[in-house]
Amino acid sequence: MMGGEVKKFLYMNRKAPYGTVYALESLEVVLIGAAFEQDVTLVFLDDGVYQLIKGQDNSDSEMKNFSPTYRALEMYDVEKLYVGKEALEMRGLTEEDLLVDVEVKTADEIRDLMEEMDVVLSF
Amino acid sequence: MKFTVQVNEGPYQHQASDSAYLFAKAALEKGHEIYRIFFYHDGVNNGTRLTKPPQDDRNIVNRWSELAEQHNLDLVICVAAAQRRGIADADEAKRNGKDADNIAPGFRISGLGQLIEGGIQSDRLVVFGD
Repeated sequence: MMGGEVKKFLYMNRKAPYGTVYALESLEVVLIGAAFEQDVTLVFLDDGVYQLIKGQDNSDSEMKNFSPTYRALEMYDVEKLYVGKEALEMRGLTEEDLLVDVEVKTADEIRDLMEEMDVVLSF
Repeated sequence: MKFTVQVNEGPYQHQASDSAYLFAKAALEKGHEIYRIFFYHDGVNNGTRLTKPPQDDRNIVNRWSELAEQHNLDLVICVAAAQRRGIADADEAKRNGKDADNIAPGFRISGLGQLIEGGIQSDRLVVFGD
């Protein structure tokens, strides 16, 4: 679409999926951004790890359950999903609780990853 | 250096848009270039001309419009976020069957691609928000 330059984009997701609109609107940026054929990485930290929890049922809240979209990211060539090890542990969660395949990284590893990025968008 | 600035919070409720404005102003004064300022989430509310803050307070919306005019800035409001929150220009109002528009001078409404493109074209993308 853009031709030429490819930058490393990191989307840093730090907030719970419901309660505020940040997670949903972050996902909208990722999906639109995919058309630009950049090198995309997603990181889930803090309460952001709840965005990937299996079996989300928020039907009583009248909000949209957008969690199935995370499973569709692969079709947009968004395949690098990293989750903070400490964030999972603090919440009593493991990879098994998540609805997509992720790689678990320590805070130090995520820091190094951020160093490599050209553009960091935090939500 | 060439910057794109992202503003994720609305005016008055949150300091993010003040900080973004002061950052942009300082960067321009230092001779840097602002490629684009992109308003997302509740940040789209920075672009309504209907705000009327008390006289002894800063006028955040007018301040953006004035900065845009002085420096020929590209102030872009995300269309998807704007539709949810009721920010419209004349075209958007007409297309969506609304009886009024409210966009402030110097702002334009466009898509999220403008944010990504800002990230690609700029040396730094600076995000203001929580």
